Amino acid sequence: MNLALSDEQEFLKEAAQGALARVATMEAARAAIEDESQRPNLWPLAVGAGWPGLVIAEQRGGAGLGIFEALLIAEETGRALAGVPLLGLLPATLVLDAARDETCEAVASGERRPVHVPARPAARATDEAWSVDAVTGGGRGAALRARVSGGTAVVSGAAGHVVDAPGADLLTAVAVSESGVPICVVIEAAAEGVLVTPVRSYDATRSLAHVTLDDAPARVLPVDETVMARAWYFAQALIAAESLGAVQPCLDMSVAYAQERFTFGRPIGSYQSIKHEIVEILRLMDNARSLQYFAGWSGESAPEEFALAASAARSGAGRALAFASRALINVHGGIGATWEHDAPLFFRRAQVSSRLVGGTHDASSRVACELLASAGTP
Amino acid sequence: MDLNDTPEQASYRQRIRDWLDDHRAEAPAVVGSVEDAAYLADRRAWQRRLAEGGLAGVTWPAEHGGPGLGPIEQVIVDQEIGAADVPGVLDGIGVGLMGPCLIAHGTEEQKHRHLGPLLHGDEVWCQLFSEPSAGSDLAAVQSRAVLQDDGTWKLDGQKVWTTNGHFAAFGMMLARTDADVPKHKGLTMFIVPMDAEGITIRGLRQIHGEAEFNEVFFDDVELPSDAVVGGVGNGWGVALTVLMFERFTIGLGGEALGFKAERFARAVASAPSSTHTDAVLERLGDLATDLLAVRFTGFRMLTSLAQGQIPGPEAGLAKVTTVNAAIAAGELIADVHGPAVLDPENEFGYMISFLPGLKSAGGTEAILRNTVGERVLGLPTEPRLDKGIPFRELKSREREATA
Repeated sequence: MNLALSDEQEFLKEAAQGALARVATMEAARAAIEDESQRPNLWPLAVGAGWPGLVIAEQRGGAGLGIFEALLIAEETGRALAGVPLLGLLPATLVLDAARDETCEAVASGERRPVHVPARPAARATDEAWSVDAVTGGGRGAALRARVSGGTAVVSGAAGHVVDAPGADLLTAVAVSESGVPICVVIEAAAEGVLVTPVRSYDATRSLAHVTLDDAPARVLPVDETVMARAWYFAQALIAAESLGAVQPCLDMSVAYAQERFTFGRPIGSYQSIKHEIVEILRLMDNARSLQYFAGWSGESAPEEFALAASAARSGAGRALAFASRALINVHGGIGATWEHDAPLFFRRAQVSSRLVGGTHDASSRVACELLASAGTP
Repeated sequence: MDLNDTPEQASYRQRIRDWLDDHRAEAPAVVGSVEDAAYLADRRAWQRRLAEGGLAGVTWPAEHGGPGLGPIEQVIVDQEIGAADVPGVLDGIGVGLMGPCLIAHGTEEQKHRHLGPLLHGDEVWCQLFSEPSAGSDLAAVQSRAVLQDDGTWKLDGQKVWTTNGHFAAFGMMLARTDADVPKHKGLTMFIVPMDAEGITIRGLRQIHGEAEFNEVFFDDVELPSDAVVGGVGNGWGVALTVLMFERFTIGLGGEALGFKAERFARAVASAPSSTHTDAVLERLGDLATDLLAVRFTGFRMLTSLAQGQIPGPEAGLAKVTTVNAAIAAGELIADVHGPAVLDPENEFGYMISFLPGLKSAGGTEAILRNTVGERVLGLPTEPRLDKGIPFRELKSREREATA
């Protein structure tokens, strides 16, 4: 039994922190709210750190690392509210690597930037269909559709709020064939029939777009449904990791203010209601951290549990950040709800994150579905 | 990152498993009433068997009858006992808390007299700490031990929440020996024989109708001079040792009590499918997420223990999560199965009845959050009105205020 980070993992984490510390991400986040062009381009930073090739095999130019390493890095970007396009990128690299695709080397080196269009697999023991985030409304949209012939396909459909899609030059996606079989495809973003419409986001640190495909030409990737599902759950775990990272600054700022702000003759942290609200941030954060270990461990060592683990991580981290971002404002009183403080940035991050890639509540239901399906198995 | 045993741990686990296979037929049922004299005797005998096999007091040093192993081995034994569906030791309080307390603070004579019979289940122990007016504020205990001219002590007072008090042979008693100093400086720990003259034990019936713990009254009870543990006036330090050992069990204990995501999911799965609404799925998902989180918090704690670290107050947060998730599970299971589940004979009915009390056991949630806020996060304390005040004066102020 050893859940301690290895030396290499500690180093990866510290290197990520170091690289991100050199960018004034909070100031940039503020500036970007008013003027999106102020959002820093952190792609060169990611390429410099080797992140595009993180989960790509060494023989295809990557670092050959795993899910847990990816989560550790995502956590650091979340902590800094840094808009590094990992959420769209890493699941795409997972499917491209599983397919041993010809683009892997160029992707690993940062020459090409792929983004995965997340598609949610059916819950176990149901006959639900694959689905995407709807363009309009907060529900599910129909999965992309493909007409397949041999190694190529023509893909149509629309997916809403695809993270990191703007500016990506390659898209990976799941589409359902005419015979109802899900296939995985890679599409040149510059191809005919591909429309990537950037969406102005309440969370200015995020780059989002609706992706609309109208008979777009695609190459079929030779991967099975397990890989396509894994890409979804990888995205769940990544957004959970980002959220977990963002909780820590909320806790730290709340503790600091509670120690220094006085009212009625004593520091506000000495009042139980405030103390308890801050302790609740810690409790939720610690739970989310434990779930990150579950997701990271199962991603490599117990893949059959990854759907459960990643969904639980998403649920736990989503709830932690939702609570932490509000508690941060509560503890600061009125000033916490103004731009005099960084709290609104975390609030906006929490609001949008909880509704992307299926949403936090859907992840919670998915935990239940996974457990009920296992309960039904004799 | 590896959840698996090291090769040494794996071979230890196999030995434990083999022992349990060999002796399983001697084990009594896991569920039974200690009011039933025959069942109680069977549980004592089984504890003796476990002790002889090295499955009781796994972390006890060899010179006191234990295998002298570490916390990971203790967890391995607990896991294998659970998997084998046999009971563990009868006297968890004695083996887990009082024995280690004596090992840390007792005299050689006390260790020699008590540890063997404790480990073997011949003499069960109870914890005589909390009182009606001193639970959260444990240092405010009022039970009084007065030194007599002949060196013996006279004990008067009352204790509450005394689990197993009615069949315990001995109790570890926190009593006041000096009321003229601030509250936690005037305490002493004593070994009290539960069959001494002047002791009255009365069961406290809980929500489910059983009396699993007791009130204990002490009326002019005589204690010998060698009943003192850890020295006169050092009672608080000895008590803190026990509370620290309690954290090990609290931090790792939820699953042993049956609070498991998979078990609760099975209970919901067996309800009519028409009850499996979106709202039910989300409630199940949220509570299961919490229980899966504390499972991995337990693994993280084991990793720290293996590295020689001692669990800190933050371990209490796992208890908050576990109990509240189990409460949510009980609510959900009763909602989808209906009122029939509430019968205390039903495993979930029993759990539903038990949980509100468990929420306060080992520390109320409010106190736990205070402790974590102050000792882990460094948040400032509330003003305290009892620091440095002689205990006698505290009590007279209280009487005036409530008169």
